[in-house]
Order: sequence, then C-alpha cells, then structure tokens
Amino acid sequence: MASISQNAPANPLPDFRNVGVILRILVIVTATTLVAAAFGNPALPRWLEASAASIAFVLPVTIISLLLLGAATSWLRQIDYRVAVLCIVLAELVIVTAIVRLVWTLIPVDEGFVHIARYWLFTALLALVLIGYFDLRNRALSPALAEARLQALQARIRPHFLFNSLNAVLSLMRAEPRRAETALEDLSELFRVLMADNRKLIPLARELELCKQYLAIESLRLEERLQVEWRLEDLPDDAMVPPLILQPLLENAVYHGIEPSAQPGVISIHIQRKSERLEMILSNPVPPVTRSQSGNKMALANIGERLQLHFDAEATLATKSEEGRFEVRIVLPYVKGGQ
Amino acid sequence: MSGARLRVAITDDEAPARNRIKNLLDDVSEMVPIEVVGEADNGYKLLELLQEHPADVVLLDIRMPEMDGLEAARHLQKLEEPPHVVFTTAYDDYAVSAFELHAIDYLVKPIRLRRLHDALSRTRSITRISLDVLSDIGPEARTHLSIQERGKVQLVPLAEVLYLRAELKYVTIRTAEREFLLEESLASLEEEFGDRFVRIHRNCLVAREFIESFEKESKSGSDGRWVIRVRGVDEVLPVSRRQQHVVRQLGKKSG
Repeated sequence: MASISQNAPANPLPDFRNVGVILRILVIVTATTLVAAAFGNPALPRWLEASAASIAFVLPVTIISLLLLGAATSWLRQIDYRVAVLCIVLAELVIVTAIVRLVWTLIPVDEGFVHIARYWLFTALLALVLIGYFDLRNRALSPALAEARLQALQARIRPHFLFNSLNAVLSLMRAEPRRAETALEDLSELFRVLMADNRKLIPLARELELCKQYLAIESLRLEERLQVEWRLEDLPDDAMVPPLILQPLLENAVYHGIEPSAQPGVISIHIQRKSERLEMILSNPVPPVTRSQSGNKMALANIGERLQLHFDAEATLATKSEEGRFEVRIVLPYVKGGQ
Repeated sequence: MSGARLRVAITDDEAPARNRIKNLLDDVSEMVPIEVVGEADNGYKLLELLQEHPADVVLLDIRMPEMDGLEAARHLQKLEEPPHVVFTTAYDDYAVSAFELHAIDYLVKPIRLRRLHDALSRTRSITRISLDVLSDIGPEARTHLSIQERGKVQLVPLAEVLYLRAELKYVTIRTAEREFLLEESLASLEEEFGDRFVRIHRNCLVAREFIESFEKESKSGSDGRWVIRVRGVDEVLPVSRRQQHVVRQLGKKSG
C-alpha cells in the first residue's frame, strides 16, 4: 500500500525531525515531570521546588535525546522495530546516567545506586510510553485510516464548474473547433488528476501546469473578467507538493472573486522558496454584496486537513481579508523529489 | 406578423453561453419561427432591453453579477405583458427542485436542442410566476426596487434610496432626485432590507448610511421633538418616542 510519507519507513517510529513530533515529545515529557514531582510533594511550594529541580535534569536529557534521535532518525526507521526501541531506551539510559553523574559532580550530593536506579526507571518508562503513544497515533492516522481520510478528502470539483465548462466548449464547437479541442484536452487533463490516486506528492511544476490548464478553461467563459497575475520566485525544480493544493483555491477565487462581478478582477498567485520552506500566497478580490453566492469553506478545510496529514505541524494555512481582497497563505516544507 | 414569430431575449453573463443559445435558437427556428430581440449579460440590462424590445420569452440565467436571474424575474412581473420566463442554470440543486415544485420552466446547461424546442413550444400560454414563489427561491435582499410607471418598469437601486415612508396604500421611496410610489408593505421591506435601513417611526425606514444627524428640533415655544436629518436632501424626519433608543444606539456605534 502506498504511504503518505516520502521515504517509506520500515517501522512505525515517528520522524524525530518533524516539528510536530518534537513539540509533542517536549510537552509530554514536561507534563509527566510536573505530575511526577507532585507525588510526595503535595504542598504547592514544595511541589514547585521539586518541579524546578526535576525539570533541570529532564530538559537537558530531552534536548540531547532529540538531537541524537533527529540525527539517527533515518537509520532508526529502517531497522527492525524492536531493535530500534531497544536502542532508543538504552541510549536514553546512557544519556540520563551521564547527566545525573555530571550534576552530582557539580553539586556534590550523597546519592547512591538506588537513586540512580530511580532515574533509570523513570526514563525507561517515559521513553516506552512515548514510543507507545507515537505507535498509537501512527495507527490512528496511518496507514489505513490516513489513507482513507486522504481518499475521502480528494479534492472535489464543483459540478457547477463542470457543466459551465462543457457548455462553453459546446459553444465553441461550430465557430472555433480548434479552441474547443484545446479546451477539451485541458478539461480531460484536469479530470484525470482529479480522479487519480492523489495520496502521493507530485512535482510543484505539475501542479502549476494543472492550475494553468484550469485557468485556461475558466477564461473561455469568463473572458476578460478573469485576470491572473503570476509571481514565481526562485522555485526549485525538484519541489514536491500534495496534488491539488492550489487548484481548488483558484476555483474558490474564481467562484467568489470573479464570477459575482461584472468588472474584471485579478487573481494573484505568488510562490517563493524561503530556505527550507515554500510559501504560496493566493489572493482574489472580494466583490461587494452578492446574491445567490453560497459560502464554501469546504475547499479550505479540505486543504488544511490534507496539509496536516502530509506534514503535521510543519505546514500552515492561514487566511485573511483586507482592503477588499481575500488572501490564502500556505507555508509547507520544501520536500525534494526523487528522495 | 410578430404574433407568428416568437420573440426571444437571451440573458447570460458568459458570452460563450449566449452564443451556444443563439446557435440552438437557429436550429429551433427551422421548426418554430423565432426572432432574437437581443442579449443581455445581467438582469438589469435585460430589463433595459425589454423596455425597448418586448419579448415573448426570456431565457434567464440564474447566477449573474449585478442582478441575478431570480431577482430579474421578479421585476419582470411588473411589465404590462411579462414575457414567459425560462430559467437556465448549470447546476443549482435547490433552485431546480423549487422550479419543479412550482412548475416553473427551466433548462439545465448544456442545453439540449430538444428541450429548448419543447420549452419554447409551451410558451404560447403565458402564465405569470408568483412573486411569493420567486422570493422564496431567492430570499436574499434584492439589489433594486421596481415600480410600474406607464407600462414601463422603473428600477431604483437600493444604494440610492434615502428613506422609505408608508402612506395609506403605498410606500414612498425617496432618492436624492425624486420620489416613487411602491406597492409593497413597509414591514416586508424592513424584513428584507433590515441591514440597510433602520425604523425611526411607525411609518418610516431610513437608510443608515444617509443619516446625517439626530437632533432635537429647537422651535421656540413648542416642546422640541427629536428628528433625523437626511444627507443629500433638505428634509427632517420625525423620530417616534418608541424608536428614540434605537436611533441613539446607532449614533453611539458610528460616533
């Protein structure tokens, strides 16, 4: 079965370089430490004191662990799951021992073997709980469920668009058969993508081509009312994006920004690379009061959810509306193709 | 002569859609004599067109900028001899089921020759569409008010209306230029255009954007009453005691 991530891992360990994974680990570790500190120290001042002391141990351990795990993540995800888990737990024990020893040499305390065993127990338990949590989460999101959700989320085109386009093509048949041909070719290309298995990333260039084909079809019927302004800056050739990440947004822009107005309007598309991220900004005019314009936030919610399934917290989608224009901004990680 | 030819007007905001209908009408005219009286790209232009060139049938797209088909159909009913309306739509689930329910003619795009022919053949018996039904299908506020004047339909853009005042059977529409008489109830107008207008008196709705000031009339001797000055015309409108708090709220919000 195809997987949604780029280089299919052999086991369900998470990608420790992913910001979402890192945040989750930090939050869970900190929360667990605070709760653990409460045992035996129910009074507030003592609890605070104990928490501060524990955090001073736990945070360095966590940060060093994350750095190591991040560096080893590709290797860890390729080997046998049980071996990988064992490696992680052992590494954690080594790190904890090192840190505890270091602290004890700095602040001499009379602590013995029993005490260090307590640290080992806490660390091993927490590591296993975290691995278990990511395993559960992985099962909840993928493969089957995430696959099913992605499939259900496949971009749906407005029926309105299909029938209007067919109508426009029919109108060209007699007078301009060649333009009708091109339009039908564009239309079939668009539907090929819409009906394809859309779970794998595709080259950005392919998505842009699709957008242009879509806009060509819309220009047929909207003519000079539809104006498009492209700004593509410094785009890497090998960037990969989820399919149909832009086209549904353009469809929204046409439906809400261009169709309700008799005056020409400009849809602007601005895409640029910002070091390890791609930023896509799409905006359309907001015509004043319109009748028979059913609101549709479906496309936005759909794209937001697909971004989350592909990139977790590393992709963002934001909208704003100001000075008579509606803007959608997507930031997603720059994923190189052929990896 | 003109009774023999069926006069048809085409309304669609997309030129290719209009061309397609013209092609089909050409084909139909081999069976039914047809004269295309003109084309319009929105409801407002259709009404303008019909003042000069009356039609027996209008093919009317639903989704159009400026004035959509459902609103245009409502204004059309004020013509002395309203044309038969055949709605056209690419895909509009709700409207289509409403048309079915009320036996209103419609064609789905892409339109088929056979269906167009059938629709045009039926139109010899003209039936008016009920205004209530049309406002049920398209309940959004209209962009214009329409008044019947000497057999013509006069359209008044809502954006130009300063106030609406009920008197006996009619409602007076006041714009900066002149007044019109409308046969609708103030209550239903208030319901439809509540966003634009505020009620200042039992018989009067004022456009919020044209309220210049809210003040106490200073007449020596008499007990001053509260009035509203309307921008663009030198008129004051009395505010009833019951509505004073509403108007005062308005002043706070904008001030």
